[in-house]
Amino acid sequence: MPPRYARHVSAHPDRTVDWPQVRLHVVTGKGGTGKSTVAAALALALASSGRNVLLCEVEGRQGIARMFDTDPLPYEERRITKGAPDQDGRAGQVHALHIDPESALLEYLAMYYKLGRAGKALDRFGVIDFATTVAPGVRDVLLTGKVYEAVQRPRASGRGREAITYDAVVLDAPPTGRISQFLGVNSEVAGLAKVGPIKTQADKVMALLRSAHTAVHLVTILEEMPVQETSDGIAELRSAGLPVGGVVVNLVRPQALGASALAQVHDDEVDPTAVASDLKRAQVDVDQALVTSLLDEARDHAVRRRLEDEQRDLVATEGVPIYELPRLAGGIDHGALVELAQLLRRQGMA
Amino acid sequence: MTARRRPGPPVLDVDALLDDRGTEIIVCCGSGGVGKTTTSAALALRAAERGRKVVVLTIDPARRLAQSMGIEQLDNTPRPVTGVDPAAGGSLDAMMLDMKRTFDEVVEGQASPEKAKQILENPFYIALSSSFAGTQEYMAMEKLGQLHREALTDGTYDLIVVDTPPSRSALDFLDAPERLSSFLDGRLIRLLVAPARGPARLMTAGLSVVTSALGKILGGQMLRDVQTFVTALDTLFGSFRQRAEKTFALLQADGTAFVVVAAPEPDALREAAYFVDRLTDDDMPLAGLVVNRASPPARTDLSAEAAITAAERLRAGDSSSLTAGLLQLHADRVRIVEREQHLRERFAASHPQVPSAVAAAMASDVHDLEGLRAIGTSLAEQR
Repeated sequence: MPPRYARHVSAHPDRTVDWPQVRLHVVTGKGGTGKSTVAAALALALASSGRNVLLCEVEGRQGIARMFDTDPLPYEERRITKGAPDQDGRAGQVHALHIDPESALLEYLAMYYKLGRAGKALDRFGVIDFATTVAPGVRDVLLTGKVYEAVQRPRASGRGREAITYDAVVLDAPPTGRISQFLGVNSEVAGLAKVGPIKTQADKVMALLRSAHTAVHLVTILEEMPVQETSDGIAELRSAGLPVGGVVVNLVRPQALGASALAQVHDDEVDPTAVASDLKRAQVDVDQALVTSLLDEARDHAVRRRLEDEQRDLVATEGVPIYELPRLAGGIDHGALVELAQLLRRQGMA
Repeated sequence: MTARRRPGPPVLDVDALLDDRGTEIIVCCGSGGVGKTTTSAALALRAAERGRKVVVLTIDPARRLAQSMGIEQLDNTPRPVTGVDPAAGGSLDAMMLDMKRTFDEVVEGQASPEKAKQILENPFYIALSSSFAGTQEYMAMEKLGQLHREALTDGTYDLIVVDTPPSRSALDFLDAPERLSSFLDGRLIRLLVAPARGPARLMTAGLSVVTSALGKILGGQMLRDVQTFVTALDTLFGSFRQRAEKTFALLQADGTAFVVVAAPEPDALREAAYFVDRLTDDDMPLAGLVVNRASPPARTDLSAEAAITAAERLRAGDSSSLTAGLLQLHADRVRIVEREQHLRERFAASHPQVPSAVAAAMASDVHDLEGLRAIGTSLAEQR
């Protein structure tokens, strides 16, 4: 496969970014890998140099509101924060949207059919509920349809109060196990509904999802099951004709020990008396138990680092750009997200 | 905070739960990626090796775990797991859920062969049975009901352990049966069925607005598929609702125990808290909380701050000091353990009545019986 991901020159000649054409970044990952955190960090990273970015969530979790410490988001685009500043200190704006299928359906109906009273009747007869929960795939079309609308929205003409247009949209998508179905469901529905507006809508959304303007990024941690799932996910996306983006390796353990130190610790070759005298020099109240404990802890760490390295090698065989983000001991708050965003920018993801 | 020892939250006594012959069903639930499948398998194995006749119903096990349990093929039939210690007189079977097959079986079991064929071939049914977001949840509960009925009649099993699907939200599987059956029972169905039946007695002006709007949204052909489907399914509606109600009652029964699984992360514990509240509201029997993947505690009580200060001192003289690296790793470990501890305490503070057990993170993924056994031991040996 040709290296589609050759780095391109960005607005700053000394910076290259990997996804200059992409306007829709879909972020997926196995549960527990921190996919929502990565989606938020990516939105912050893309929102620099005055660019507008929309961060969407579709799973009803209100994770964005929690991460940015705001009130629960309505079905309405809200500016939530400034993005990560570029070299010149210029940031952009991050907006957020919580997409729920019921609101998306009502909006869709209002937009295309001018359904006023009938909309209410639909609700009374359980049609809204049917379409958004039971009818196969319709829910997903509604969700991706709204994202499509935000990506393809025509540029504002400059008069009146119009909807904002975005330079990029980041979608915090369902987990890897369901991502192909979620995105590809449009073709499934299009197959079920052979004619009609749902079919037309599904076809349009599918065309965007399969285009060079979309990239599906996968978040993983360096453990066997998530890495396996990432690899399965990439294969599935490719066979569904969906554009695979990069892999974000999240929650990487601290690299406090270099390769040779790590090997020494792992193989029990560190001289405890040297460590003891170092500690004494650093004014630590030292005894033998402390030295043994520190070395034991470091050995636990070295064992895990080896396992991580094996998994990292596996990720590398996928032949897609890889970005790494550290595990932050303090957890995720706004400051941490900005830190992660800067790391993604430095690695060229944005 | 650590100076005064407060009485901790109650501890979940895993062995007492597994040994109690009154426990007939254990449902493991929680958000995705917290190790639900592994926890269910570990509990099932421990129960079997303590003398119970166990079947574990898994939804989507990791490949190597499935292989080691001998359930890599999706055939909806429980198969004996080899390598289980039979000394205590127990046994362990495992199966992986095939949701479409289970749905097909429900239809085949309820309808005449002719009608069943008509339903199974309907495009809408095919899509519904393989992709409806709630089908997996519904079928997991359906399969649980089946296994339980079989267990009662022929005594093959005295304990069923169920893993729940990786839902959008952990609550989905409680709601799915109700949602599907209320759809199949509801006004919309009657409305859809009405034109196909002929008599236009229901066709008021309001209804025609609704059907025409539905036709517009879904397209006429899909609407016809739906109509054919619900007409064919019409006679089964009652039984679908009955089944959903029975399953719900089974989940509320004394023989059932819910184990909420979480990881020591804010999202997973928040989801666990929702789940606990929901179970309480619905009078579901909650056994307790299992917190998986807990970071191993530090081996010395040197504080994170002291370790960082010392590391900085050493780095000032030698930027690549190995001892500084050791101190930094220690500080990181202490901080993570403190954070996890804090998250668990916060959960306990808002749910003081919920017993919990903590399983330490394993160095690598679990994909054999030995690993499952280690988790079982770690869960049972709480101090």
